[in-house]
Amino acid sequence: MTATIAAENLTVAYDDFLALDNVSIDVAPGESFGLVGESGSGKSTLLRAIAGLAPVIGGKILLDGKTLGAQYRDKAFYRRVQMVFQDPYGSLHPRQTVDRLLQEPLAIHGVEDAEHRILRALDEVGLGSSFRFRYSHQLSGGQRQRIAIARALIIEPQIMLLDEPTSALDASVQAEVLNLLEQVRRDRRLTYIMVSHDLGVVTHMCERLVVMKSGKVVERLSSGDLVAGRISESYTKNLMIASKGFVRKAAFA
Amino acid sequence: MNPMLTVDDLRVSFPTRTGLIEAVRGVSFTLGRERLGIVGESGSGKSQTGRAIMGLTPPHARISASKLNFDGIDLLAAPAKVRRSLRGSRIAMILQDPKYSLNPVMSIGRQIVETLRTHENVSKRVARDRAIAMLEAVQIRDAGRVFDLHPHEVSGGMGQRAMIAMMLIAGPELLIADEPTSALDVTVQLDVLRILDKLVSERGMGLIFISHDLRLVSSFCDRVIVMYAGRIVEEIAASELSNAKHPYTQGLLNCMPTLGTDRHPLPVLDRNPEWAA
Repeated sequence: MTATIAAENLTVAYDDFLALDNVSIDVAPGESFGLVGESGSGKSTLLRAIAGLAPVIGGKILLDGKTLGAQYRDKAFYRRVQMVFQDPYGSLHPRQTVDRLLQEPLAIHGVEDAEHRILRALDEVGLGSSFRFRYSHQLSGGQRQRIAIARALIIEPQIMLLDEPTSALDASVQAEVLNLLEQVRRDRRLTYIMVSHDLGVVTHMCERLVVMKSGKVVERLSSGDLVAGRISESYTKNLMIASKGFVRKAAFA
Repeated sequence: MNPMLTVDDLRVSFPTRTGLIEAVRGVSFTLGRERLGIVGESGSGKSQTGRAIMGLTPPHARISASKLNFDGIDLLAAPAKVRRSLRGSRIAMILQDPKYSLNPVMSIGRQIVETLRTHENVSKRVARDRAIAMLEAVQIRDAGRVFDLHPHEVSGGMGQRAMIAMMLIAGPELLIADEPTSALDVTVQLDVLRILDKLVSERGMGLIFISHDLRLVSSFCDRVIVMYAGRIVEEIAASELSNAKHPYTQGLLNCMPTLGTDRHPLPVLDRNPEWAA
């Protein structure tokens, strides 16, 4: 079976700095795939490279077995692949209403029936039509992220690239947004590639994941392996310990 | 023993065009030399509570309390000069994001020295040595080099450690940490917490730890206050957290996805309007 999205020996460099070093992943259709690591590990770069937003200098990215250009992506690609960014405060235009924000992707892709689609998209992310003519500063962080998700979903993509979609949100709001993402994935049979530094979030959302460090993949796991503790790399173990929360030294000294 | 800090019926409100926004509505607690956690969602008033104690409430806000007492000093009645002398030297505050809260055009070392020399009359030479010693105390390797770096040249974790160094150098008795690790990676988070924990216990400070992450707070603090809509809904010993009674506290505890639990969908908070009453 061909992977929906695959990267083969992908290398990304910013000047002399190798942000990604020979990274390969493959994501099956309908799968939810996680990328985990600390900041600077290259997990977001990998996502951006797939979206055509990073300077690829080696290797290739395949969509349904067809090689994509290093930087250029055509409209048909963005029709299928959409991205949700980390910071809902920075990713929405501050001087556009929600309505205008949601019109934009429809206009770009020449989609008819904007009226109906906007209402449905708002409804789908649980906001309702009363939010349609608000500006983003009139919304809370969780509501903004819902708008960002609605904007990505409105042109009915098949693949969603999620770059830390909940790390800027409160724990309680995070649960709501994660539930929303799971719900739409189930309803629309979407493929997710999700970046997070929170192992709890990734194991909750994804079936398989890779752990990255310094631009390289250090370990490939299934969520089940992670939960059962079948981990071989010490780096992953450290992440595991970190995700369990603070333990006072004296407690086990 | 008298508590170090007494807060009784603290209220902070902001007049706006659409009416009075009550951010803090009658918060009361006392603090000794212990670690107190304040937990709540954004907008619950937890940060404004911390800022009111620190004296950083914006000038247009209305603030009142039947008692806001730090070591025998009535903070609300104290003149600005007294409060200024407390701020930084006896009460210090660590802010959330080192990217925004450090001065971008001043080297880290100079910022620490500035704090120290504002509160203590020491020579430049001594101040520099003490700043470097403090940077070493927050486990920055090669402190002499970091001393001369600017905030944009260091990582988030190191920036936050520099901020802790800056706040602790004048030897405060009360430290208010407002989401000190929320902007940091999980792995770095623990390093920073460990340093904070060590320094607080070594120096016998009182600590108010403000966060939205109930699990993190409970693993770090002795006692936890849970705030909702400007009020305290529950106060509980951190060890007793699993027996929390208030549905809001239980909701906050349950909504985090954790390793080894398979819950789809995650339980979300069902916000009951009665809680805010």
